Amino acid sequence: MTNTIANIDKEEDYFLNLGPQHPSTHGVLRLLVNLRGEVVKDLKPYCGYIHRGIEKMCERNTYPQIIHLTDRLDYLSAHQNNEAVCLLVEKALGVEVSDRVKYIRTIMSELSRIASHLLWWSAFGMDLGALTTFFYGLRDREHILDIFEETTGGRLLQSYNCPGGVMYDIHPNFQKRVKECLVHLKKKLPEYDKLLTGNVIFKNRAIGVGLLSKEDAISFGVTGPSGRGSGFSCDIRKLEPYSAYDKVQFDEIIRTECDSMARYKNRIDEFYQSMSIIEQLIDNIPDGDYQTKMKPIIKLPEGQYYQRVESSRGEFGVFVESRGEKNPYRIKFRSPNLANLSALDHMVRGQKIADLIAIMGSLDLVIPDIDR
Amino acid sequence: MFLYDFTELTSSIHEGLVSSLGEGLLTTTIEFVIAGIAYLLFFAIFGLFAVYLERKVCAVIQNRPGPNRVGPYGIIQTIADFIKLLMKELIPIKNSDKVLFNLAPFIVITATFLSIGAIPFDKGLQMMDFDIGILYVTAVSSLGVLGILLAGWSSNNKYSLIGAMRSGAQIVSYELSAGLSLMTIIVLAGTMQFSEVVAGQADLWFIFKGHIPAIIAFVIFMIAGTAETNRGPFDLAEAESELTAGFHTEYSGIKFALFYLSEYMNMFVIAAIGTTVFLGGWQPFQIPGLDGFNTVMAYIPPVLWFFLKVFVLIIVMMWFKWTFPRLRIDQLLRLEWKYLLPINLVNLILMATCVLLGWHL
Repeated sequence: MTNTIANIDKEEDYFLNLGPQHPSTHGVLRLLVNLRGEVVKDLKPYCGYIHRGIEKMCERNTYPQIIHLTDRLDYLSAHQNNEAVCLLVEKALGVEVSDRVKYIRTIMSELSRIASHLLWWSAFGMDLGALTTFFYGLRDREHILDIFEETTGGRLLQSYNCPGGVMYDIHPNFQKRVKECLVHLKKKLPEYDKLLTGNVIFKNRAIGVGLLSKEDAISFGVTGPSGRGSGFSCDIRKLEPYSAYDKVQFDEIIRTECDSMARYKNRIDEFYQSMSIIEQLIDNIPDGDYQTKMKPIIKLPEGQYYQRVESSRGEFGVFVESRGEKNPYRIKFRSPNLANLSALDHMVRGQKIADLIAIMGSLDLVIPDIDR
Repeated sequence: MFLYDFTELTSSIHEGLVSSLGEGLLTTTIEFVIAGIAYLLFFAIFGLFAVYLERKVCAVIQNRPGPNRVGPYGIIQTIADFIKLLMKELIPIKNSDKVLFNLAPFIVITATFLSIGAIPFDKGLQMMDFDIGILYVTAVSSLGVLGILLAGWSSNNKYSLIGAMRSGAQIVSYELSAGLSLMTIIVLAGTMQFSEVVAGQADLWFIFKGHIPAIIAFVIFMIAGTAETNRGPFDLAEAESELTAGFHTEYSGIKFALFYLSEYMNMFVIAAIGTTVFLGGWQPFQIPGLDGFNTVMAYIPPVLWFFLKVFVLIIVMMWFKWTFPRLRIDQLLRLEWKYLLPINLVNLILMATCVLLGWHL
């Protein structure tokens, strides 16, 4: 974040403060944009408008309490963030969870991913000025949120994971409703392509815009569908399978076009991959405990632990340094959005303001995850 | 043939005034005031209705009910919103050019008013029937961009300025296409006077008379017209997701409402010109040869025909807005200068050839 704004021509250039209150930053992100006419010369993100000190708060909390704070990082990948902390605690304590828990966690993660990508699709359309996408996306997302609500009690922030398993067993209707939801989505997703993907204006706005080469993606640490749009193979589900990902067949979607369209199509394809994963698991959820009995006070042995998961936006990592207490000595979250944001300046130089918004939309930034 | 002829009504008012006050400045002034009040009422009622219509149309497109709380089917919603805007405080802007800032909405509104004045709603229901009606409407409707430029420049806001500059580039470009596509029909009609353009379509509308060139001209006119009204997918001047609200970011209360209403009235102007020039104005739908059908169609009042066609075109423009993503400024200008303008010029030659050789219907 320490890039300096250089080559300012005081006669020709001007600065525009995009945010912290702006319709398409999707949160309180402030971008100081150096413009010449419509062309972006330089961009400097200012973070911290929604900094809540979550990492510091975690140091004073016990591990089961930390889970509820991780919900508030990337609120659209709440389940995956929870899972990362639980996996870390289980790994540190050497607890083996039952297959049932693994299956439930995987299904929930993939449902979260679909819900998150649906919201991204809605908002991306809005960024490009196609106002109807928002209602299409939210209409279908509602089905998934209803499933979450029935089983976990929460719609956005589920806090469903706990060290050693999940909070409650799945609702009796769960399997039936998930299958209904998949049927519904398979019917509705082609509508998305009709409305946006094939549109000639959309193609012009997305193809060849916001180029990020594979080398740059790796050096900026851009992960998730955005990184895979640049040909960077970074799917943690494949590289380091956790939960039930080693039991299912799915493809890692990689495109090498490096533009906004590649990132867009990656996410569209991930809908189908996630649905295929859920279909493989939903009928085979094994019997067993939904929670392994843990000690009432969880103390991690002294040492350093790292666990990463594939959240909806990329690699989400949790690093914990434990001194053998019931709370971590230090905790650090590797949030995908901060890394993705860091590449924005590189991608938008020389592009127009409209493209800045389109590229930012294609990166799918969630601001609370950047500031933490 | 026509059930309602407004010439009788207007001429009787004129004669009544002349007989009581005599021919002179006073009579003319009173006539202008009556017409002005009538247009003002029409402006307000139509504007409010168009806002309601847009809300309902976009609600249908987006799978939601739309306004349905205030009044039956929410029809009073826009009136309530308008009253709210009337009563809102006008926020003073620091370091803005006060005179131009306050003047801008009125320039936009005036330009719209001037264009509506020349449009024939029915036989004789027209404020001014100029010899060069089409040229006049094209000229005055482009005055609105001055208001938008002033609004953007005087607001002392960078978003507004960018929006205004975009709008300037956009409207100057698309004026050409709109003008040339109307020119194509002028070649066919042989006149620029609106009343004669409409009269020439009594048997068949120009879009059918001029077959292929007329249809091309109509499509281009609708694209250019949508661009001229600054509506999606050409809403770069507002560009909600990029420039928050573009040129009217700093406006509030009634001044904002004037911009908002003028957007819908500009839609009406474009749809009305499209209707008058391409779709026969207030003429009913006629097919040569089918006399029974033609008689039935002719029994529908011309005013209804006019508004039916206008609303069809307005709904098409709304459909554009709620379906398409927004273009980028360079793509917008490329579309105009590289595609629409050459097609238009070729189309004009094609139409001239058709007319010369008598190929039109």
